[in-house]
Parts: sequence; C-alpha cells; structure tokens
Amino acid sequence: MIFLKAFLIGGLICVIGQILIDKTKLTPARILVMFVVIGCLLGGIGVYGRFAEFAGAGATIPLPGFGYLLARGVKEEVNRSGLLGVLTGGLKMTAAGISAAVLFGLLAAVAFNPKAKE
Amino acid sequence: MDNSNITKERFSQMVDKSSPNSNIFTNCCKAFAIGGLICVFAQAIIQWLLRMGVEKDIASTLSSVSLIFLASLLTGIGVFDNLAKFGGAGAIVPITGFANAVAAPAVEFKKEGFIFGVGAKMFVIAGPVIVYGLATSWVIGIIYWLFNRIGG
Amino acid sequence: MSKKHGNQTVFFQQPVSIIAAASIVGPKEGQGPIGKYFDRVVEDVLWDCKSWEQAESKFVSDAIKLAIQKSGLLDTEIDCILAGDLLNQIIGTSFGVRDLNRPFIGMFGACSTFGLAMGVGSMLVDGGFYNNVIASASSHFCAAEKQFRFPLEFGSQRPPSSTWTVTGNGAAVLSNKTGGKGICVTAYTAGKVVDMGITDINNMGAAMAPSAADTLITHFKDTGRNPDYYDLIITGDLGYIGHELVLKITQEQGYHISSNYTDCGIKIFDRETQDTHSGGSGCACSAVTFAGYLYNQMQNSAIGKLLLLPTGALLSTTSAQQGESIPGICHAVAIENIS
Repeated sequence: MIFLKAFLIGGLICVIGQILIDKTKLTPARILVMFVVIGCLLGGIGVYGRFAEFAGAGATIPLPGFGYLLARGVKEEVNRSGLLGVLTGGLKMTAAGISAAVLFGLLAAVAFNPKAKE
Repeated sequence: MDNSNITKERFSQMVDKSSPNSNIFTNCCKAFAIGGLICVFAQAIIQWLLRMGVEKDIASTLSSVSLIFLASLLTGIGVFDNLAKFGGAGAIVPITGFANAVAAPAVEFKKEGFIFGVGAKMFVIAGPVIVYGLATSWVIGIIYWLFNRIGG
Repeated sequence: MSKKHGNQTVFFQQPVSIIAAASIVGPKEGQGPIGKYFDRVVEDVLWDCKSWEQAESKFVSDAIKLAIQKSGLLDTEIDCILAGDLLNQIIGTSFGVRDLNRPFIGMFGACSTFGLAMGVGSMLVDGGFYNNVIASASSHFCAAEKQFRFPLEFGSQRPPSSTWTVTGNGAAVLSNKTGGKGICVTAYTAGKVVDMGITDINNMGAAMAPSAADTLITHFKDTGRNPDYYDLIITGDLGYIGHELVLKITQEQGYHISSNYTDCGIKIFDRETQDTHSGGSGCACSAVTFAGYLYNQMQNSAIGKLLLLPTGALLSTTSAQQGESIPGICHAVAIENIS
C-alpha cells in the first residue's frame, strides 16, 4: 500500500512540475526553487508533515520534501535552542542531502568527462 | 521594421500560431511514470532499512542519499540527461534532479579547473534552491519562535 | 562614386569570385540529408582536443586551411581572413587562426557572421584593397550549449521550438582573379537590427524572422529584383518556425517566395530521424550549408542564382537574464554563376 501511495503522490507532484515547464516556459531552476519554497511553507504550517506520513517517499523524495525538511529542522532547533535555531535548523536537517550532493558531484567531476550529445 | 506594419502584439500572436506546443499529455504521462517509479524505488530502500532495524528518520535520509548517489553517477556516465529528456519533470523534481543540477555543471566546467570550474560552478543551477529554501526556513523559524514566546 | 544602391545594398563593380569553399562538420551533420556534400565529417566532436572550445578552433583552422588548399593559392596570397563565431570574444575563431599567420579581421554578427564576412570581404576585394580574402564562420553544439543553455549532462527537455546548433566550420575564398567570372558575389544587402519583442530564448527562429523578412524585402526594393530572379532564396538558421513566419510577413507585403524559399536549418538536419525539433542553428549552419551543399549545387549548375541570407540573434546570456528581448539581424548575399 505504501508503495502505491508513493508512486501516485510522487508521480502527481512531478506532473505538476511538468505542466509548469510546458505551460509557463519557466526555467527548470525557477521551478525547483518554487517547489522547495512551497514545500518549506507547507512544512511550516504543519501540513506537509502529515502528508509525508501518508505518502512516504512519494512526499519526501520530490523537492517539496526538501523544503519540508528545512522547515522541520528549523522548528526542532527553535524548540531546542531558541532563536539560534532559526539559523542552524534548516541546514542541520538537510546536511546529509546537501553534503551528499556536493560529495558525489565532486567525485563525478574527478571521475568523468563531459560527453557530447547525439 | 520599415518594410512591414506588423506590430509587436500581432507578431507575438503570429509566433504563437506558428510555434508547435509541447505535447503536454504525453509529457505528463512520462513524468508521472518516471517520478512515481523514482519514489517507489526510494520507498523500497526505506522499507528494506526499516526491516534491518534502522530508525525511520535515518532510513529516510539514507534513501535520499542513495538516490543522490545514483543520480550523480548517472550524470557522470552521461545517462541522466537521457532519462530527463524522456521523463522531464519526473526526473528533475525528485531529489535526483537536485543531485543532477549539482553534478552536471561540476563535470562540464572541469575544463576551467577545480577551483573556478568545478568548485564555483557546482551551484550555478542548484544554488538558488538552497538560498531561497533557507530564506523561507528563516522566516518560518522566526514566526515559529514568536508563536512559542507568545504561546509559552 | 558610391556603389550603393537604394538604402542598404551594394552592387559590386566586378563581381567577386568565390574560387573555393570548404566545410568540416561533426557526425550529426554528416548523417544529415546533405551530409555527403561536406569535405570532411569528423567522427568525434571533441576531435582529440581538451575542450569543446579547442575543438571548435580546430574546425576553424582545418576548414580554412582546406579552403586555401582547394583554391590553389599560396598561404601568403591570402590577404586577410574575415571570420567569427558565437563564443565570448569569438575565441573559437581567433584561437583557430592564430597559427595561420595571416591578417585577421574578427567578425561578429552572431549566426549571421558568414553573410557579414562574405559581404564585407567582397567589398574589400571589389574596393581594390585586397586580392584574396577568406570568409569563414563556425559553431560547436557542445560549446554553445555550455555557454548559452545548460551543462550538457543537465537534465532538461528541449521544447519543440528549439533548434540544434550545428557543429562545424564553413569557409569560402573570395578573389578578384577570375575577372568576375564563375560563381560570384554580385550584391550585398547589409541588415539592420530588428527587434519585435520576442523574449523566448528557446524560439530563436521567431526572434530572427522579422530581421530576415526586413533584409529580404529591402534587397528586393534596393535591387529592383523580384523573388523569381533567384533560383533559391535561403535564410541561415531560422528553422521551421522562422521559415513559416518569413513566408507570412513577406506574403503580406506582396512578395511571393514560397516556391523558391527555404532555410539552411531545415536543409541540414532531418527532424524526423535526428530529433532536432525546429531545425539547425549556429554560425556554422549557413556557413557549412553554403560551403558544402549550395556551392556544389552552383558548380554543377543546379542553382544559377542564389540569395543567401544568414540570420543572427544578437543576445547574450546577460541580456537574456536581464529580461531584454532578442534583436535579430540578417545579411543578404547575392551569389550568381556568371559564364
């Protein structure tokens, strides 16, 4: 059941992205920014958390899930260390993801060369 | 233009009429399938880790990290762009798209050296995501802190 | 006395002969419908170089050398090289000609560069300043993607209105040595910058079409020629969308060109099998289509009178990010086989 939910919800979020790309001519970078900001706002008001409980990876793997993690991190750190948590929470919660992207990006640059397109 | 009295507005309409639209329905179906499958794959990793006795949040993080690894690898060997060409937002919107947005310029700008090429260009596409994601989180954090003060 | 006719056109007193032309392209162009007309098809677009930019320079130097060789002239007889490309500060060209040891006048007209170089080169020859000059233009798909769009491995979908940058270099040797006989440049209409407010960087054909129509109509007015004077009227890299728009604009002004008008971007790729969407683009699009296919067609008399209109989009990444619209330019070069 969780797999079906992950598939449907994850797929639907991507469909929204696809419609934005094809209809609005927004660049992919803008769409990614929008998704993260929206996920973060929904996380802030507590909606995305419940959504993630329901849809599992279908909600956490698409980029709004990254935004949700930022919001969740900030809230947890504010609870723990007060106002300082505003600065530390977001990156703390997303550290693994960002760090992994930099690490594997760097390794890819070391190991591979750009390839031509056919 | 001296040779024609076409206005910009009318020309814009002519362009719209002459330019083919993307096949949105087909694109959406592909995005749904690829995006859905990527999430199912991530969920499978989570379920497997949970069965190994890993804590839920850690399982979720490890699953994201695995996807980031795979997307970076596929970017390096030149497969990810084909996946995204087929799947569109289905490949870009999941965390795989973020990883690709970091790895692709890192590989491409290797020729400009590891400092100004790889190091500086790595966030040329993904940087805004972090900047505005973080900015939103600060706003949320401050509001949350204020609510706590008033409520507490 | 000025050789200018009408507003923007010059007629050459003694038509300037194109004594040789050479083209080198990448594999995709080689597999296209006019692939067999190119002098050389390189199997790997990196061509044993360290970067796309270096590879582009190799296309430049090798095609120019080949053109000189085909012309039978000595290197020292080439008075000047007029050439350009799309990369910032036209490094593709200037690095390509640095070992050729000939005077170099860098040209920039974005993808219209080949027309600009042919036109100005013919003026220099007919003006009596030079005997033999080279007109040349290049582009490289990977280098252009990297500079103007995204890194190659970045996952993005190309919209249907987008075009595919041609990899290659086309070069022509302009000379006064045939005394105005053979395949000659007879007239040149320099284009104006025309901007109809298009901002979509994935629809260059639409952005450049008004400038092409403008130069084309001006050419007819200045020369008093009709569309059927030419066996073929061919724009540089408008692709399918820009081609359709030029037809519409000229039709409205009373010029019926549909029977003998096409575009190099339509000729060079097969959009059904090569996934090139709206067609080919880039400085090399018109340069290699002329130096390969069209020059050949003129040599064997399949085309007697040709109007070549390379088109360019004069934007930069900075102007695009600042929300500026995309100005276009188009230079018309009349080429005729004079017996």
